[in-house]
Amino acid sequence: MSLYDIYVISPPLAIAMVGILVILLDLVVQRKRALPAFALVGLIVPTLLLVAQFQDLGNTRDLLESPAAMGNGKASVLLGSLVVDRFALFFGFLVLAATALVILASVDYVERLERRQGEYYGLVLFSATGMVLLASASELVTIYISLELTTLPIVALAAFHTSSKSSEAGMKFLIIGAISSAVMLYGMALVFGFTQTTDLTGIASKVAETTGGLSFENLALLTGVVLIVAGFGFKISSAPFQMWVPDIYEGAPTPVVAFLSVASKAAAFAVLIRVFYTGFFGVGADWGVLMAILAAVSMTVGNLVAMSQSNIRRLFGYSAIAHAGYILVGVAAGVEGSSGGTAAFVSVGPNSVLFYLGAYTAANLTAFFAIVVIGSRTGSDQIDDYAGMVQRAPVLAIVLTLALIALVGVPPTSIFIAKLYVFTAAVKGGLAWLAIVGVINSVVSAYYYLRIIRVMFLQPPPSDERIPMSPSSWVAIAASGAAMVWMGVAPGFVLRAAEIAVATLAVQT
Amino acid sequence: MVSEASVWAIFLLPLAAFVIIALVIRPFFNRYAGLSGLLLIAALAVSLFLSILALGAVAMGQEPELQAYRWLDLGDAVIELSPLLDPLTAVMAVVVTSVSLMVQIYSLGYMKGDPGYARYFAYMALFTSAMLGLVLVANILVLYAFWELVGVSSYLLIGFWHDRPAAAAAAKKAFIITRIGDLGLLIAILYLFFQADEFAAAGMNAFHIPDIWQAVQPLGAGGAILAGTGLTWLTLGIFAAAVGKSGQFPLHSWLPDAMEGPTPVSALIHAATMVAAGVFLVGRFYPVFLAAESTLTVVALIGAFTALMAATMGLVMNDIKRVMAYSTVSQLGYMMAALGLGAFPAAIFHLVTHASFKALLFLGAGSVNHATGTFNMQYMGGLRQHMPLTYLLVVIGGLSLVGIFPLSGFWSKDEILVSAWTGGGVVEPWVSQATLIMLGIGVLLTAFYTLRMIYMTFHGEFRGGVEQEQLDTGADSHGDDVQDTGDHGGLHLAESPVVMVAPMVILGIGAVVLGFISNPQWIDLFGVPKHWITELFEHGVAPVLSSDAPHLVLPKFSLQIAAISTVIALIGIGLATAMYARGSRQYSSAVRRDRDPLEAGGPLHRLLAEKYYIDALYEDAVVRLAFYRAFAGAIDWLDKNVVDRIGDVIATIFRNVGRIFLAPLQTGEVQAYGLAVALGTLIILLGFLLV
Repeated sequence: MSLYDIYVISPPLAIAMVGILVILLDLVVQRKRALPAFALVGLIVPTLLLVAQFQDLGNTRDLLESPAAMGNGKASVLLGSLVVDRFALFFGFLVLAATALVILASVDYVERLERRQGEYYGLVLFSATGMVLLASASELVTIYISLELTTLPIVALAAFHTSSKSSEAGMKFLIIGAISSAVMLYGMALVFGFTQTTDLTGIASKVAETTGGLSFENLALLTGVVLIVAGFGFKISSAPFQMWVPDIYEGAPTPVVAFLSVASKAAAFAVLIRVFYTGFFGVGADWGVLMAILAAVSMTVGNLVAMSQSNIRRLFGYSAIAHAGYILVGVAAGVEGSSGGTAAFVSVGPNSVLFYLGAYTAANLTAFFAIVVIGSRTGSDQIDDYAGMVQRAPVLAIVLTLALIALVGVPPTSIFIAKLYVFTAAVKGGLAWLAIVGVINSVVSAYYYLRIIRVMFLQPPPSDERIPMSPSSWVAIAASGAAMVWMGVAPGFVLRAAEIAVATLAVQT
Repeated sequence: MVSEASVWAIFLLPLAAFVIIALVIRPFFNRYAGLSGLLLIAALAVSLFLSILALGAVAMGQEPELQAYRWLDLGDAVIELSPLLDPLTAVMAVVVTSVSLMVQIYSLGYMKGDPGYARYFAYMALFTSAMLGLVLVANILVLYAFWELVGVSSYLLIGFWHDRPAAAAAAKKAFIITRIGDLGLLIAILYLFFQADEFAAAGMNAFHIPDIWQAVQPLGAGGAILAGTGLTWLTLGIFAAAVGKSGQFPLHSWLPDAMEGPTPVSALIHAATMVAAGVFLVGRFYPVFLAAESTLTVVALIGAFTALMAATMGLVMNDIKRVMAYSTVSQLGYMMAALGLGAFPAAIFHLVTHASFKALLFLGAGSVNHATGTFNMQYMGGLRQHMPLTYLLVVIGGLSLVGIFPLSGFWSKDEILVSAWTGGGVVEPWVSQATLIMLGIGVLLTAFYTLRMIYMTFHGEFRGGVEQEQLDTGADSHGDDVQDTGDHGGLHLAESPVVMVAPMVILGIGAVVLGFISNPQWIDLFGVPKHWITELFEHGVAPVLSSDAPHLVLPKFSLQIAAISTVIALIGIGLATAMYARGSRQYSSAVRRDRDPLEAGGPLHRLLAEKYYIDALYEDAVVRLAFYRAFAGAIDWLDKNVVDRIGDVIATIFRNVGRIFLAPLQTGEVQAYGLAVALGTLIILLGFLLV
C-alpha cells in the first residue's frame, strides 16, 4: 500500500479520524460546545481532500464549461475494491454537506443529553465515513462492509434517547437491518457463485455473456439480483421493504431521522446505481422493469398512507417512501429496452437521480430542522399542535412552508425541477406510464403537505408563547434553506455537476 | 463600446428600482414616497443612455459578444438566459426607455398627493423592466415569462385604483382577454418543444429565437424543420398572442376599458409600449412569418380590418381617452397590416413614430383632465385660451396622427400605404388591394375623429367641466382620475405644471422630427443616411433569410401616394371643421346630447356608439349565456352528479385502502415487518419467473 493509495482513500479516513478525536475530546473538555465546533472544523479536512481529488481528475474550470473536456478520470486502489471517480466525489460532497448541517442542527438536542455527547457526534461521523466509502465501493464485499458501517452507527443513534420509543426504534432498525443484510449477503453470494468474482467490472463482463436476460436459465443470477434489490430496498426505504420507516422516524431523535432520511438514502442510491449500472447492465432491461414497478408501488403506498397521518414525523416517514419512489423512476429510466433484450443507456436517468437527491437533501433537511426546533419546544409532533405556528414562530413557519411547497414539487422550487427532470427521463426511457403515475402521485401528495401549511397559517395558536431559535439551528436552517432555494432558482450548477458525475460512471453495455 | 453588462443593465436598472421601491421604500420609508419616482427616473435615464449606446453600436454594425447563461436543460431543449441584440431590440429598447422616462417625469406632477404614490412607481418600474426583458431576451420561454409579466403589471396598473369597481373590472377584462391570445403563444412553444429533437439534430436549440429563424430555411435535402401546416399553426399561435396584446379584432375590446387606469399609464402601456408588444412579437419572429404566406394574409387582413373598424368607433366616443384608445387600436391595425404585407421596417417605423405622438396625445388628455376634472369632451370646450401650450402640443400630436406633412406620422403612415399600393409579392394581390382600400378609408376617419376631438376639447366655449357633469348626471364624474384626494378632481382652468408640460414638449419634438429617421428623399440629411431606419431593419433580418424566401417590402417614397393620402386627410379635416368648428358652440349644458352632428346618423350612430355590440355579444352571449349558463351549467351538473360522486367514491376507496388495507399491516410488530421483507422478495422472484 503506497502513499498514493492512502491519499486516494484519505477522505473517509479523515472523517473517521475526526470522529475518533471528537470522542477523545469529550473526555478532556468541560465546555461541550467545543465538540460540534471541533467536528465542523474537522470536516474541512475531508472536504479539502475531496476538492483536491476532484482537481486531480481534471481541470474543474474546463469541466464546468464543457462536459466534452472531461476524460474518464478515476483512481482505484486496494485491488480495485474502491474507485474514486467524479461519481463518488459528487456523493462525497453531498454526504459531507448533509453531515455538517445535521451536526449543526443537533447542537441543541445533544446539549440536553447528560452523557455521551462526544459519542453522538462520533457515531454521526462514523456513519458518514461508511457513506463516503459506499459511494466509491466497487466490489461486493467492500459494499457490504460499507453498508454495515453506515447502518450500525445509526442503530445506536436511533436508540440514543432513553425513552422506550427510542429504544424500540433502535431495536427494530437493528433487526430489520440485519434481516435485509442477510438477504443481500445471500444475493451477493449467489452472484459470486454465478460469476466467480465480486468485482463489479468482472461481474459485468460475465453478465454480458449471458443470454435471455433474467429467467429460469440464469436462476442463480436472477435470485441474486432480486435479493440484492431487496437489500437496497431496505436502505432506500422503497416499498415493499419500507415497513420500518414510520416507526423509526417516529421513535428516533429527530436530528438522527434527518440524517437517516437524506445522507443514508443518498449513499444507498449511489451504490445502487453503481452496482446496477456498472455490474448488471447486461440484464438492464429486466431490472429496469423491476425498478419501475417498485417506483410506482413506493410512490403510491407512501402517498396514500401519508394522507391519514396525524404525527408529522410519521408523515415524513411516508413522504420519504414516496420520494424514494420518485427517485427510483430516474433509476429505471436510465435503461431503455424490452425485457430479455439488450438495454441502451439513457444518461438522463441517473443524471436526474443525482439532481433529485441534491434537491431532496436540501428541502428535507430544511423541513426537518424546522421540525426539530418546533418539536423541541412544544414537545409534540402532532400536526394539530402546529396550529397558528405562523404567529408563534413566523420565520420557522415560512421556512417550513417553503420546504413543504418544494416537497410537493411546485414551480419554481428545486424538487419541481427534479421531478420535471425525472419524469422527462422516464418519457425518454420509454416509461411514459410511470411518468403519469408519478405526476398523479405528486398531485395526491399536495394534499398532506398543504394540510400542514393550512394548520400553521389558518388555525388559531393554542398559546402565544414564541418559539425561540438558537444560533446553531438558525445557521443550519438558513444554509439548507438557501441551498434549497438556490437549486430551484438556478439549478444549472447542480445539474451540470450531476451530468459530469454520471459521465464517469462505467456502464458496460 | 457596448459590453454585455451594459445590455443587461438596460433591463436590470428598472428592475432594481422596482425591488428598492417595493421592498425598501414602500414598507419602511413611505413618508419619503417622493423618492420612489426620482429613483425610477434616474434608473430609466441611465437605461435610456445605455439603449442609445446599444442602438448606436448596432447601427454601426458592431455587435458585442453576448454570453448565454444556461439555466436549465430539458433533454434537447436548453433554456438559456441571453440577450439578443439586433436592430429591432435596440430600437424597441430606446422607445420603451424614452417614453417611460417621459411618462415618469409627467407622473411626478400628475400623481402628486396620491396615497398610492410609491405603489404606483413600483408597478411602473416592474412594467418597464418586464417590457425591456421581453424586448431583450433571446429565448422564447423566457420571452413568454416576460410576456406574462407584462400582462400582470398591466393588470396591476389598470386596476391601480382598485377601489373603483370600473377599474377593477377593466383590469380583469384586460387580463382575461389577453390571456386568451396568450394561449396561442403557449401552444406555439409546446409545438417547438416537440420539435426539439429535430432542432438538436441540426445543432440548434428549439427555444433560441435566432435558431427558430434558421429553422424555416431548407436543410439540405430534408427540407426545413418548420414548414407546411405546422409552420402555419406555429405562426398563427404567435399571432394570436399578438392579437390579444395589441388589441386587434376580435380581441380588441379590453383596450378602451383599460382607460380606467391612471392616464400616464395609458400613455405608457396602452399607447406606446405594451400594446406595441404584439407588433414587436410578430416582428421578432418575422423571418418565420415570411415563410408562412397564409398566416401573413391573415395578419394583413385582420390588421386592416381592425384599423378601419376601430376608427369608425372612434368617431362617436365622447370620452377623450376612449377616442384615443380606439385610435390606438386603429393605428396598431396599420402596423399589423404592414407586417402582413411584408413591410416589416415600415411597421416598426410606424410603431416608433406612433409611440411619440400617441403618448403625447394621452399626456395631453391627462393635462386636460388636470384642468377640467373630467374626460368627457361634452363638458370641455374652449380650453385653448386657458391651456395654450397643451393645445399646441395636442394639435401637433393630432396632426401627426392624421399624417400631415411634415410631421412624423406622415412619413410612417405613408410607407405603409406605399407598401399596400405596390404589393410586393409576399401576399396575393387581392390582399394588398383590400388592405389598401381599408387603410385609405381609415385615413379619412382618422382625420375626422382627431379633429373632432380637438374641436370639442379646445374650441368653442367652455361647457362647465366636472362641476357641470356632476349636475347633469347627479353622480360622481366617471373617468375622473383622482376623486379621493380631490387634487385634480376639481376644476381649475389653467395650464398644467412644468413637470407635466416639459415631457410633453419633448415628446412633441419627437412627433415633429422622428419622421426624418426614415429620410425618404435626401442624401445624408443631418447625418441621417437615406432610408436609414428601413435599411437598418432590413440588415437586421437579411442574414437569416435565404435567397428564395419572399423579400421584405421596402417602400420608397411615392409622391402620388403622399398626395392622395394628404388629400383624403384634408377631406376628413374639412368635414370635421364644417361640423364641429362652429357648431361646437351649440352644446350648452342641458341640450348638449342632441346636438352632436353625427347623431343624425341614427341607427348607424347607435351601432358605433355601442361598439358594434361586440362587448354586449361577448358579455351577454358568450360569457353569460354560453359560458355561465350553458357551459358552466353543464359542468356544474356534471360536477355535482358525476365528478363529486366519483370523487367521493375514490376518496372513500383511497382513504380506506390506506386505513383498512395498508395501515393494519403497520402493526408495529417487528416480526410482521420481517415477514413483509421476505414476502416482498418472494413476490418479486415469482413475478420474474412467471411473467
